[in-house]
Amino acid sequence: MSNTIPSKSENEVLVKVEGLSKKFCKDLKTSLWYGVKDLLTGMGGNKNDRELRPKEFWAVKDVSFELRRGECLGLIGHNGAGKSTLLKILNGLINPDAGKVTIKGRVGALIELGAGFNPILSGRENIYNNGAVLGFSRKEITEKLDDIIAFSELEEFIDMPVQNYSSGMKVRLGFAVAAQMEPDVLIIDEVLAVGDVSFRMKCYNRINELLKEVAIIFVSHSMPQIAKLCTSAIMLRRGEVKANSNDISSVINQYFFDSNVESKELVSGSGKATLAKRNFDNSKLNVIEKGSTINLGFDLKIDLTTKYFSVRGIIYDKEFKGLLEINALHSGQFFKNENGLNNINISFINPLNHGDFTMTLVIFQVNEIGQITERLLRHESFFQFKSISGIGFDSYIPISVEANINHK
Amino acid sequence: MPLETKIYQKENNLKISKLLNTVVSDMLSSRFLATQLAVRDIKAQYRQSYLGILWMFITPLATAFVWVFLNSTGTVKLTDTGVPYPVYAFSGTLIWAIIKEAINMPMASTNSARSILTKINFPKEALIVSGVFKLLFNSSVKVLLLIIFIFAFGIGFHWSLLWLPLTILAAVVFGVTLGLFLTPIGMLYTDVGKFINFALGFFMYITPVVYAIPKEGIMKTIMVWNPFTPFILTTRDLALGLPPEHLTYYAVLLLCCVPLLGLGLVFYRVSIPIIVERMSA
Repeated sequence: MSNTIPSKSENEVLVKVEGLSKKFCKDLKTSLWYGVKDLLTGMGGNKNDRELRPKEFWAVKDVSFELRRGECLGLIGHNGAGKSTLLKILNGLINPDAGKVTIKGRVGALIELGAGFNPILSGRENIYNNGAVLGFSRKEITEKLDDIIAFSELEEFIDMPVQNYSSGMKVRLGFAVAAQMEPDVLIIDEVLAVGDVSFRMKCYNRINELLKEVAIIFVSHSMPQIAKLCTSAIMLRRGEVKANSNDISSVINQYFFDSNVESKELVSGSGKATLAKRNFDNSKLNVIEKGSTINLGFDLKIDLTTKYFSVRGIIYDKEFKGLLEINALHSGQFFKNENGLNNINISFINPLNHGDFTMTLVIFQVNEIGQITERLLRHESFFQFKSISGIGFDSYIPISVEANINHK
Repeated sequence: MPLETKIYQKENNLKISKLLNTVVSDMLSSRFLATQLAVRDIKAQYRQSYLGILWMFITPLATAFVWVFLNSTGTVKLTDTGVPYPVYAFSGTLIWAIIKEAINMPMASTNSARSILTKINFPKEALIVSGVFKLLFNSSVKVLLLIIFIFAFGIGFHWSLLWLPLTILAAVVFGVTLGLFLTPIGMLYTDVGKFINFALGFFMYITPVVYAIPKEGIMKTIMVWNPFTPFILTTRDLALGLPPEHLTYYAVLLLCCVPLLGLGLVFYRVSIPIIVERMSA
């Protein structure tokens, strides 16, 4: 289908959203009652301006944008920002309360993979079920059956009931069917967050192939994904557009500073060591520039049965992947627990690029020769901080090093 | 090739004729989806069951048996029905079961598709059409058993038996039309579904399902006006080769059903986004 489109229309606007708003109700009973009222007024057209009724709020408020063929719009925002609601309106599942959406061409949605699967039936039968729900004809599915099975890499299991599939296998089969769509507008909602790495790469490649011929609207919490795929981005906050630009890194930056500080502190260990005082405030946003010194001072109360102890710090990223370690024992350093109260100071130069990080503090008991005998304390998210590099969000790689690169 | 343009905004397109047009065209274009969904459900239903099709007869057979027993032991005194009572009772409970299933079908179909309704945009009419397919499949199996009964009890073949598929279809259309109007509110409040089953249990006793209309009295008036009556009576009369009564009322109801079915489908179509909104809210 895409081949028949004249080159003149390469840049035609496929998605046009004007002043879109949608309200939702916070309370279930009230929501159901409004539903009944809407059913009745809906019959009469309900052309009046819609105001907020008690217990309602704007889930999406006055959103506008345009999207052309070949463009990919990233929708970002924290939970409850209105991203999914917006996608539902764009997909025609629910009607807006104000504004207008104009979409040209076939719309494909990767919102749920494997819709229409029946667990009792085999993978092969379910390809037809899923395909039918996605709008394929029987002939199209039969023609594409081999491609679908090959893409899913499930040849061996294709005649097994889907209820015996692992969740990863179900996703594969679902994506393999969805990948056969030839839409003009593609809506993607975080479906790629599942499955193993190699299959995820396959999904990306397929989306990348599509990217040239379609207009994509892409919702994700993964900024690297947004940065890789999108040509423009919108940040939503409580239903409103807070940033909208072709400069993805600036939008991601705003998203980055939009997050509220939520403490993820969690203490475990033998209980013989406790954190008494910190010289920094972990409840507020700590912003630290790359290359500057981080200074963490704190008081430790340690049970007097412990003679010697040592300190370790681990820095994790948002997905809780370990990035850096600070370990006193690596340089053979450990301390004497003199009178149960110890003041410790850790200082290091922040090597991290843009991103959210947390540091976990671990206190060990050690013997006279510095061997670990007991873990006294593990304090998750002991220090939470945002690192910013002067050039903004230019890379989603957490650490860069200076290197000598020679050209002869 | 010009691209199809979709516009979503708050105003509903209010021209019933236009809406009806889209309903019909979506129904036609989603034939494959409807068949696929029906085949899926029927296959899955029987793949996980040993008794399979037997379950379809058990309820009407049991109800009929209870009444045959009550009648033969003289516990209740029923007026003569003109045909062997077991066939009369069984044909009644069977047609009643079909109508009941038809009324519940749109709601059951929509409910079972909840998870895809909130995520995927597909022609919703396919849910109804696939439900009708399933109903017709189930009904045809039931009718087969009825025909076996008719021959077993010595009524034998007669030409009006050929009307049976059509009258069953009419009963299905009547039930589905009723069900379509109840579905949108039933999707919001589970009370509706519970009430329907409660009300139908009661309605069976004012419909000539297991006994004939009395010759006089208040019960006669109620039964004669009850809209379920002609669907049960005409279907049974034609099946058992009796002269059909209440034909005028039957014809009037059927004529009303056709525009109402269209209206019900339009109501259903317009309601779905409102229901989806409340389901996902």
